[in-house]
Amino acid sequence: MSMINYASREINCKIVYYGSGLGGKTTNLEHVYGKVSPDTRGKLISLATETERTLFFDFLPVDLGTIRGFKTRFHLYTVPGQVYYNASRKLILKGVDGIVFVADSQIERMEANQEAMQNLYDNMAEYGYDLTKMPFVIQYNKRDLPNAAPVRELQTALNPGWEVVDAAKHRVTPDPWHAGENLVEKLSSGEWIERAPYFEAVAVSGEGVFDTLKAVSKLVLKSLA
Amino acid sequence: MPVGAASWSFTEDDFGAITHSLQRFLHECNARCCLLVDRTGQLVATVGEQPKFDPTAFATLTAADFSANDQLARLIGETDFNSLFHQGEKESMYLADVARRVILVVIFDNRTTLGLVRLKMKHTVDELSKLIEQVFQRGAASGPGFLAGADDEIDKLFQ
Repeated sequence: MSMINYASREINCKIVYYGSGLGGKTTNLEHVYGKVSPDTRGKLISLATETERTLFFDFLPVDLGTIRGFKTRFHLYTVPGQVYYNASRKLILKGVDGIVFVADSQIERMEANQEAMQNLYDNMAEYGYDLTKMPFVIQYNKRDLPNAAPVRELQTALNPGWEVVDAAKHRVTPDPWHAGENLVEKLSSGEWIERAPYFEAVAVSGEGVFDTLKAVSKLVLKSLA
Repeated sequence: MPVGAASWSFTEDDFGAITHSLQRFLHECNARCCLLVDRTGQLVATVGEQPKFDPTAFATLTAADFSANDQLARLIGETDFNSLFHQGEKESMYLADVARRVILVVIFDNRTTLGLVRLKMKHTVDELSKLIEQVFQRGAASGPGFLAGADDEIDKLFQ
């Protein structure tokens, strides 16, 4: 739930990094924390177990610049990935403005990714939010690992696209981040579908981390336009 | 707006009215400072002594604290806990729900008592509830479009 504060001239938005356990959500935030100037970010808060597994959430506030004289403040959160922490995972989604789904590219983690994606849809639906109508991007992390599944397979499993019912939106929309690919297109069956934008990443080295953050932040601000 | 959560905004007048109410409350109960935080963890206002801690992080943890306690309440058959109290050796905190939208946090030391804070808080919560309800009703009525026409500016920000 974005909050526009006319007194301090700030726009505050909430972005949640979601995904299965050990997928790299916290690593994304740690990289952003390490790279962004201390003037434009706050403290990184981690509510983690002794073994550094996220227990409740990680939190990092960052300023991404000024629009119309308003400072844009993004509050980045991660959720605990492990299945049994669903109660706290759901709490973090409350009032979310944009979602990054961090998928672990390793072929062995395919099932865990799918389970986490289903869990995301379910938890969002319980709040009455429609994931297909809000800023949502997918990050395929750990692309450097030898057992990483091909992106095409990950797309088929995690981002097959949802049906576009509104006829006004039945027009091919190219994917601005991948030449030759489309975000909205017509299948050979005649059905129109839309996919979430996706990004390849290696969060430990920072590759793709800012591309993902920029994309979701931009979508969030455009949703206010 | 068929996306996720709706947005809400408050003007300088809203901010003035909120601050005025909180200042009076602080004066009456002799607490150190109070913060108003929305349920998603965003800081709305700080009144009184400027806190030495990071107020943004504090706001986030406050909202998480309240959310977790709401769930605990449900587990024992309550709908929610509308107030929470954390007692420290020197500093204590009292948190109260305001209209199910925001949380009022009061930080106080031994210059006052929990009893006085609670007593004076009730009136302030009622007053703030009315203000916040008005803000949210207006926010829902005005709908989206705050950044309408700012597409170019948004694009430039991310170049």
